[in-house]
Amino acid sequence: MSVWHTATTVWDAVFQAGFFSNPAVHSAAIVGAMVALVCGPVGVFTVLRGQSFAGHAFSDITSTGGSAAVVIGINPLAGFAAVGAIGALAMETLGAQRYRGRDLVTGVVLGAALGLSALFLYLSVTGNSTTGAVVTVLFGSIFAVSGGTLPLVAVVGGFALVLIATVYRPLLLSSVSPELAAAEGVRVRTTGLTFLVALSLAVALSALTIGAILSTALLIGPAATALRFARSPARAVGWAVAIAAGALAAGIVMAYDSYDWPPSQQGWPVSFFVVVLVLCAYVLPLTVAQYRRRLARRRARRRAANMAQVTTDSRDEHASAGGSASPIAAG
Amino acid sequence: MRSAGAVAAVPSEAGGTSPAPPALQVEHLSVSIGGREILRDVTFSVAAGEVTGLIGMNGAGKTTLLRAILGLQPVSSGRVAAASGRPGRRSIGYVPQKVLLDPDLPVRARDLVALGADGARLGIPLRSSAKRALVEELLAAVDGLALLDKRVGAMSGGEQQKVLIAHALARHPRLLLLDEPLANLDLRSTQETVNLLARIAREQGVGILLSTHDINPLLAVMNRLVYLAAGRAASGPAAEVVTSEVLSKLYGHHVDVFHAHGRVIVSVGEEHRELGCELGPEEECGPGHTAVATEELMATFARDAP
Repeated sequence: MSVWHTATTVWDAVFQAGFFSNPAVHSAAIVGAMVALVCGPVGVFTVLRGQSFAGHAFSDITSTGGSAAVVIGINPLAGFAAVGAIGALAMETLGAQRYRGRDLVTGVVLGAALGLSALFLYLSVTGNSTTGAVVTVLFGSIFAVSGGTLPLVAVVGGFALVLIATVYRPLLLSSVSPELAAAEGVRVRTTGLTFLVALSLAVALSALTIGAILSTALLIGPAATALRFARSPARAVGWAVAIAAGALAAGIVMAYDSYDWPPSQQGWPVSFFVVVLVLCAYVLPLTVAQYRRRLARRRARRRAANMAQVTTDSRDEHASAGGSASPIAAG
Repeated sequence: MRSAGAVAAVPSEAGGTSPAPPALQVEHLSVSIGGREILRDVTFSVAAGEVTGLIGMNGAGKTTLLRAILGLQPVSSGRVAAASGRPGRRSIGYVPQKVLLDPDLPVRARDLVALGADGARLGIPLRSSAKRALVEELLAAVDGLALLDKRVGAMSGGEQQKVLIAHALARHPRLLLLDEPLANLDLRSTQETVNLLARIAREQGVGILLSTHDINPLLAVMNRLVYLAAGRAASGPAAEVVTSEVLSKLYGHHVDVFHAHGRVIVSVGEEHRELGCELGPEEECGPGHTAVATEELMATFARDAP
């Protein structure tokens, strides 16, 4: 009886009144599930290929698309995705020939993109005086996703998943060694471009959820955590999806709860919770592993000390049998 | 560029003079990159079941030749004909020198070898017990079964070499190309790799072509060699090719060939570059390594010799 009572109290405290019937929560859950599904596989390949810098560049590029969309008055996700895809093509055509050139090109494209988004955000603020749009584009809000955006989310996410699933094996092989992949008939460049497009779409979805600036957190964090302990690339994909989904779900619940928190009765941003949870998921296993290692080392030292004690004792006995006091036993 | 269709299948019942068709036939191959002629009129063949060494100093065109055979390098003239393997399978297996991978990444030997079977195909791989058995069989064939679950990025050069060979053999190629497989190995791994390659050639009937700048580890197992110098090639048994007469003609100036303690030292004119280059793990037979007196070299090798 009391156990049941405690459980329901905790349940009600965590999932506050109206949580499950709130339409904003419903669409947030659907968007969150799709984002986690896409960010898992795309994130794992981003980390495997060492392209997290490109992912970061996309987050800046998508902020351009999002802010442009606000100025024009179209769906931000359409802006995120369109400009991201154009950015992917631009990065590939400019920098694909030389591997070392890739980072430089990314850097140059990135600077231009941020400049443009500064212009668009300036225009949107001075034109419509909607400062809310700036915050939504840069820091996102999964609760602000309108029901009408859901089909577009499904299309963008589905397309990104199809792309990744199609090139999964050649992409994995060329991530291990582009040279080996090329020798075995993989079109390394086409594969890389396909991945870049999927990456830009994943960043666009992530930007919709937690904002353009933070979007790589959801992409890289869960994947990096998963790759740390997963046994194979395929399992890492599954774990990354699970971690991203977990962080998003917990973030949505916490943000909903935070409407009652100080300082104002407006609720804290979801993006904040999601990013913090992703960071915790990355850091906690590391800390635990470090603690365990230290514990094991201490245990080993104690065991070694005990062993030394045993040998000392036996030597001591031996010495006593010999009739002379051992200086070690005295100490 | 050579397309897959241009890889002429060597007819299996040709003449009956030779017991097996060659795994690879290169005829009058010339390659130019950026107006510079890298390979000129190169002709040789690799027999099935034999180990052929592709010998040459750094910059002699070994990598370009391997890339041309793989179809990755457009050729200006000549022909590359690789014998087709089993129907529907790729005829050439390729082993790169090294795979650069973060040791933290969970790409295990079994993942990489499985990609050898179907890595170029589109779609998500499906797990099957047949595939798992194939991967284990391939790794066992290179004495690498213990590496099954080891991460590729965390392997030593010799271990990686084994896994990459298993990867390359996954589609049962008739020809195996290896780019400098001995370059990053210590003496023991070198011997192991050489013996392993000889065994694979013999047991699986694969023609093996491996590039190297050190001829000596191969002397015991190598059936023939292709010697590249200044973009041209001489091929045949080692004893016939690595002679002062043949190499002098190839280089276009006088070249000395010494034999010391079962090792071969080639002294190329003023630069005194030698093939038995083992002066140190970092030391390469590049243009930077010059003017070492022949007597000194021989003394070095005498100390190394068993």
